[in-house]
Amino acid sequence: MSLAKAEFRRLFKRRVTRLMLVLMVLGLGAIVVSFSLASQPTGPAQRAAAEAKAQQQYEEQVRYHQESVADCEAAQARGENTDDRYPPDCGRDYAPQRDQFMAEWFLPYQFDFKAEFGIFVSVFAGIVALFGFIVGASYVGAEWNTGGMMNLLLWRPRRLPVLLTKLGVLLGSVLGISAVLGALWTVAFWLIGKFDGTVAGMTGGTWQSLAITGARGIGLVLAVTAVAFGLASLGRHTAMALGAAVGIGVVSEIGLRIALNIVGVSFPDRFVLSSYAVAWFNKSYTLFDWNSCQFTMGACEPAEWVVTWQQSAVLFGVGLVAVLGAALWTMRSRDIT
Amino acid sequence: MVAVLEIEGLRKTYRSRRHGVRQALDGFDMLVEAGQVHGFLGPNGSGKTTTLRTLLGLIRANGGRMSILGHEVPAALPAVAGQVGAIVESPQFFPFFSASDTLSLLADAGGVAQTRVAEVLELVGLRDRAGERVKTYSLGMKQRLAVASALLKNPKLLILDEPANGLDPGGIREMRSLMANLARFGMTVVLSSHILGEVQQICDSVTIISRGRRVAAGPVAEVLAQHSATEIRVRLEAVTDLPIAADLLTRAGAQVTTYRDHLMVGGIDKPARVTRVLAESDFFVSELTPLTVDLESVFLELTATAPVPGQNRQVDQSVVVGPAGAADAGAPSKGAWGV
Repeated sequence: MSLAKAEFRRLFKRRVTRLMLVLMVLGLGAIVVSFSLASQPTGPAQRAAAEAKAQQQYEEQVRYHQESVADCEAAQARGENTDDRYPPDCGRDYAPQRDQFMAEWFLPYQFDFKAEFGIFVSVFAGIVALFGFIVGASYVGAEWNTGGMMNLLLWRPRRLPVLLTKLGVLLGSVLGISAVLGALWTVAFWLIGKFDGTVAGMTGGTWQSLAITGARGIGLVLAVTAVAFGLASLGRHTAMALGAAVGIGVVSEIGLRIALNIVGVSFPDRFVLSSYAVAWFNKSYTLFDWNSCQFTMGACEPAEWVVTWQQSAVLFGVGLVAVLGAALWTMRSRDIT
Repeated sequence: MVAVLEIEGLRKTYRSRRHGVRQALDGFDMLVEAGQVHGFLGPNGSGKTTTLRTLLGLIRANGGRMSILGHEVPAALPAVAGQVGAIVESPQFFPFFSASDTLSLLADAGGVAQTRVAEVLELVGLRDRAGERVKTYSLGMKQRLAVASALLKNPKLLILDEPANGLDPGGIREMRSLMANLARFGMTVVLSSHILGEVQQICDSVTIISRGRRVAAGPVAEVLAQHSATEIRVRLEAVTDLPIAADLLTRAGAQVTTYRDHLMVGGIDKPARVTRVLAESDFFVSELTPLTVDLESVFLELTATAPVPGQNRQVDQSVVVGPAGAADAGAPSKGAWGV
C-alpha cells in the first residue's frame, strides 16, 4: 500500500501529468464553450424567422427565374441561338418550387443531445486516450531513463509487483480522471441541450446506450494507456512508445492503405487499425467495395464487409496482452544496468 | 566477527551478438564483517559495479552464492532490502523533483517515516537546498543526495559506489567522517572508490578485484604488509659514485636497482647497515629514506595498472589471476601497464 501511495504521489507530482491534465481540461472546456455559443434553442420566433427567410429566398429565385425566361425569349425573338446559354424551352419547366426552400435550412444550429452526444463521447474518449498515452508512456519511460526505477528497485526488489503497482496506479488514476471528466462532459452537453438546444427524446434506453458507449470509450482509453505504459517499459524509454505510435500510424493508416489499394485488395480498410476503433465505438463499421460495382448495369449495391466491435475487442485485447506480457517478461528477466 | 556480506564464486557472463562473450565476474569472492568500513577496489571494468548490482538484485548472476546479513540473496532480498542502503554508480534521480520530494517518495515507497527525510538531508548538508530541483544540483550535491537516499532507511549495511565522486575537498572530508561515525554506531559500510588515499585512511579492510576475480583481501594493514618490500632510497653526494656503491651493496647481500640519481636498496634488515657498508669505502650518503608502501602502490602492483610512459593502457588491461577463488596475484595480462 505504501508503494501505491508513493506512486500515486509521484504520478501527480510529474510536470507532464499536470501539464497534460490542464491542457486536456482546457481543450475539453473549449469544445463545450464553443458548442454552447454555437447552439441556439429553436422556438416559434426562430421558426417564423426561418420560414420568412425561406419564403424570401423562394421569391427571389422565382424572380430570377422569370427574368431569365424573359431574357431567353427576348434573345430568341432577336433570332439568336440560345441553346448554349439557356435550358430547353428557356427553362420554363424548371421554375423553383416552394417546397425546395425548407425553413430548417435557415434555422440556427441547435444541439440535439440525443442525436449528437454519441459523437461527443467518441471525441472525449479520443482526447482522454491521448492524455493516457502521453502520461502512461512518460510516467514509466522517464523512470527508466532517469534511473528512478533502479533507485526504487533498491528499496522494493520485487520487480513484477513494482511494475504492476505502477500500472495499477496509472490505470486507476486515468479511470478516475475519465469518470470525473466524463461525468462533467455529459452534464455540460446535457445543459447545452437543455438550455441552448434540445434534449427531447431521451429515454432510459437512450441513457443506457450512451452509458455503454461511454464505458467502451473508457475501455479504449485504459487500453491505450496500458499499451503506452507497456511499450515505454519494454524500451525503457518514453520515446519507445511515441515512436511505436508514430510507426503504427504511418504504416497502418497511410502505408498499408496505399499499398493495399495499389495491389487491389478488396476492403483494404479492414487491415487498418482505425477501422477497428470506429467499430468499437459504433458497434460495427461497414466497409463498401465500390470497385465491385458495374455502373453500366444500372444502380449498384456494392459488396460489404462488416467490422464488428467483438472483432475490435479481440484485436485490441490480443495487442494489449502481447505488449504488457512482453513488458512484464523483460522486467522480470532483463538486467538493470 | 559476524559476516554481513558474503560472496562466493560469483560469476556473471555478458553475451552479445556483436561483442561475443565477456566474463565480467569469474568466481569472485568477498567477505565483509559487521561494523567494518570495507574498501572495494578495482580498476575500471574490473567488475566492481557488476558485483554490487548483482548483490542488489539488479543483475542476475550466472553462478555463485551471495548472502547479506545472513540471508541468501537474491532470493531473500525483499526481506533484507530494508536494511541495505545503496548507491550504485553515478547518482541518478528524476531531475524535476526536489531533493525533499525525491526522498519523501522513497520514504513512502519503503515505509520509512517522513521525519527521517529532514534528518538525512541535515546529515548530508542539503538542508538549505532541499527544496530545489535536482536538475539544478552539481554532481557533488547529487552525490550527497544519493548518500542521503541510502541512509534514509537507517540501514545495517551501507553500500556506496564512488561516494566521493564530485565532492569538494571539504565534502570528501565530511564523507570520511560520516562513514567513520556510521561504522562507530555499528553500521557496516562497503565503499567502492578510486581515491585510495581515502580508502587507506577510513577502511578497516579491503577487497581488490581485477578482471572479475579477487586479487587481494583482508585488513588494510595485512594487505599492505603482504605486498610491501622494505626498500631504502639512497643518494650519494656524487652521482658518479652510484655504480660503485651499488656494487658494494650488492656484494653485501642487498638487491639494488640503480636510477639516474639514486639507488633503491632492498633485502637489508636495517638502514644503518647501508651507511656502514658505504662508509667503510669512504662513500657518504646524502639521503637514506626507508620507503613505506601505500595502498595505491599495492593496488597498482596487484592489478598491474601502473602507468607506463609511452603506453596507453586500455580498459580491461589489468591483471588476470589464476583459478577462481585464488587470492594471489598472477601474471598480468598481455599488454597491461607494467608488463
